[in-house]
Amino acid sequence: MEKPDRSLAEEFRRQPIGHHSPELERILFLFRGQGMAGKFVLVEDEPFRKWRLGQLSGRRGDPVKIVSDRVFESVEEAEWEVFKRRWKIHFGEDLE
Amino acid sequence: MQMEGKKIAGYSDKISVAPGESIDFKVSTFKPGRYSARLVRLIHGDMNPEGPGYKEEAVACDFEGEHAGRTQLVHAGSHAIVPGSRRFAGLTDFTLQAIVWPTLPGDGEQALVALWNAGSESGVWLGLDADGALSVTLSNGRQCSTVSTGKPLLSRHWYSVAAVYDRRASTVTLHQLPHKHYARIDDSSTITETVDVAPHITEHTPCVFGGLPTAGESPIGRLYNGRIDRPRLLSAAADLSGIRWREAPKLTGDMRTDVVAAWDFSEGISTDRIHDQGPGQHHGRTVNTPVRAVRGANWTGEEMNWQHAPEQYGAMHFHEDSLYDAGWDTSFSLTVPDGMRSGLYAAHVTYEDDEDFMPFVIRAEPGATRNRMVYLVPTADYMAYANEHMPTDAPLAQLLTDQVSILGRNDRFVHENRHFGASCYDTYKDGEGVCYTSRLRPVLNMRPKYRMWLGGAGSKLWQFNADTHIIDWIEESGFGCDYLSDEDVHEFGEQALEPYSVIITSTHSEYWSKQMRDAVDAFKKRGGRLISMGGNVWYWRVAYHSTLPGLMEVRRAEGGTRAWAANPGEYYHSFTGEYGGLWRRQGLAPQEICGTGFVAQGFDISSYYVRQPDSFDERAAFIFEGIGESEKLGDFGLIGGGAAGLEVDHVDPLLGTPPNTLVLASSEGHTNRYQLVAEEILINFPGTGGEDCPLVKGDIVFFETAEGGAVFSTSSIAFGGSLSHNNYDNNISRMMDNVVRRFLNPEPFA
Ligand SMILES: [Fe+2]
Repeated sequence: MEKPDRSLAEEFRRQPIGHHSPELERILFLFRGQGMAGKFVLVEDEPFRKWRLGQLSGRRGDPVKIVSDRVFESVEEAEWEVFKRRWKIHFGEDLE
Repeated sequence: MQMEGKKIAGYSDKISVAPGESIDFKVSTFKPGRYSARLVRLIHGDMNPEGPGYKEEAVACDFEGEHAGRTQLVHAGSHAIVPGSRRFAGLTDFTLQAIVWPTLPGDGEQALVALWNAGSESGVWLGLDADGALSVTLSNGRQCSTVSTGKPLLSRHWYSVAAVYDRRASTVTLHQLPHKHYARIDDSSTITETVDVAPHITEHTPCVFGGLPTAGESPIGRLYNGRIDRPRLLSAAADLSGIRWREAPKLTGDMRTDVVAAWDFSEGISTDRIHDQGPGQHHGRTVNTPVRAVRGANWTGEEMNWQHAPEQYGAMHFHEDSLYDAGWDTSFSLTVPDGMRSGLYAAHVTYEDDEDFMPFVIRAEPGATRNRMVYLVPTADYMAYANEHMPTDAPLAQLLTDQVSILGRNDRFVHENRHFGASCYDTYKDGEGVCYTSRLRPVLNMRPKYRMWLGGAGSKLWQFNADTHIIDWIEESGFGCDYLSDEDVHEFGEQALEPYSVIITSTHSEYWSKQMRDAVDAFKKRGGRLISMGGNVWYWRVAYHSTLPGLMEVRRAEGGTRAWAANPGEYYHSFTGEYGGLWRRQGLAPQEICGTGFVAQGFDISSYYVRQPDSFDERAAFIFEGIGESEKLGDFGLIGGGAAGLEVDHVDPLLGTPPNTLVLASSEGHTNRYQLVAEEILINFPGTGGEDCPLVKGDIVFFETAEGGAVFSTSSIAFGGSLSHNNYDNNISRMMDNVVRRFLNPEPFA
């Protein structure tokens, strides 16, 4: 996929879940459909309050790797962080 | 502070008890120390601060207090064991042979058939070496000798394999014969090597299939992944034609010469026994449920039902990660006192900062209850989903939810500890679908407070914990209600429902045995009233094992929305011989029971319903009392923010929706994450998402039955999440109140 317009990243940031434009959906199919090796997940530290970013190895039984010490206090904030990282991986561009 | 790992877990021997009966709880602390235990009645397991919060009722009981904890281990891995015999001990020359279909050759050493003493590490075992080539190991306890063909077997291909030992010549011969040949693939081998070790076999040496006895922490090691068909043990060093001759499914005449044992796994498929057709009756038993009623090497494809051609189903499929019964010792018990109110209870145990709940149903005392309504606790569904691994195993998980999956402590534990067993939504390590599931192990997603990746935005609850939204509403509404588990309805049939005139079901009552489905059908036929509270209901057919408790089978046959597909020829349940798959594929779609059936699913946000013309019919007036004509129904809620969501059902007269059905309300405005289900699609076509496809909607329906009863169906999994909104004062809660009140009124409908 060619590098999309950054306005689509803004659309995601405004509303990470719910109805999306078809252009944003195409990006999310790519991002969310990735295989298990290196897949981002959120590790719940406190229910409904605190999450950290984790990554799977793709191998059954391997502990979830904690990517950073950063604690997210909303799921939206964590979704945006994952979106930025995936944007960088797929399109080589830093957002923000 | 970050959460540490799991420290305590447990399970109970039963899932439902009546007053006077007792239930055993089995607890493991993962390090030594004391834990505390108490009894609670579960009411609302959702901790979301946007909702009413966690609710339980503490109940005094004998086991309340501190207990000494200890670690109890779990040993997964399916295998079969035959006790030792003098005939084994007397062997000098021998031939150990089988037909095998390995699924993970090269994934570590794996034992196919072993005559092996764990303590002295002696005997003989035929298996696969670390590279996946056929090997045999002989040991007298002091010296050990291994011979290998050096040619790896192909995964998912049949091979005739044998180890032939000639004591006088001091040789062992290995035969590795593929049943299918390919150009440029060299996987055939017959080699003979001299060995100076005679295997030590006594009358106490067991014969084990699918693993090797060990003296270590785990009783069986070198677990095998794959199929074994028609294993034989001969008391002679047979040549190749003698080996192939004994591969006949039933041995007759001179085929029986030199036969010590000739196991026939097609006998007793529905049991945990294995049968020897040889003269010594070396029968055995299976451990951790190897999959039976699977195709053998001689399956022709002409017969799909194992009961019609059992000789083609003489194989068993072994898995290193299959678990039936954790087999833990009882830590404490409860005898349910007389007069204890019916409900969903749990033994709650805490250890340091961790806790676990072991949920179970207390039924009403037979003949003593005055409640007319019964809530069916969908324990079959809890078993189907038990310790599910999709967020860590299935790439499509985050596509289905449009969210990054969140892993709680229990999710990480089951991901890292595969020996706690998987769900019928998972595949075994070798990729085969998991068709057996057990509750005799900690089921860490059958817990209050548990949040699950599939539960949409908001509270993120699914199945067990989401169902507590309904239990909480029943509690708040003040309607008297008893509780029954699926296993009660399976075991006692319509008798279990006898005291009741109204059934209320869960958010997702998807899995039904024939006995369970027939009981509800009979209940309706005597004028019983049914409130179907969920989405995707009466969907899969399941079978319970007739002698092994807490064990259920699902064959994901033919079609439908499936996490995996059963192999051709393996659509019939091994436990009962019944044809598996969707009830819809058996001519008994959910529409026949409750008016609607599964049509679309998505796991991001939920939506709302709008009233349809039928809702203004005077027959439905009682349902809408106090609800405005143009009100959106359920545009609020803890599950995805709306009452219509996750999985939704619709009417379809061709699938059995009764002609007198009123479509009261339909949902609209679903996102494109909602997709038409697979079983509604013949030729793929574009535009099957919620934004484009008119079929993507749930229908709330009502109809009267000919016997004076009635049915009301919400047709959405998310529905229960809207009940508590605005302190239970909302149009979803009101509608339910109207329905329950009228359904409890004995006045016949129509
Ligand atoms: Fe389901």
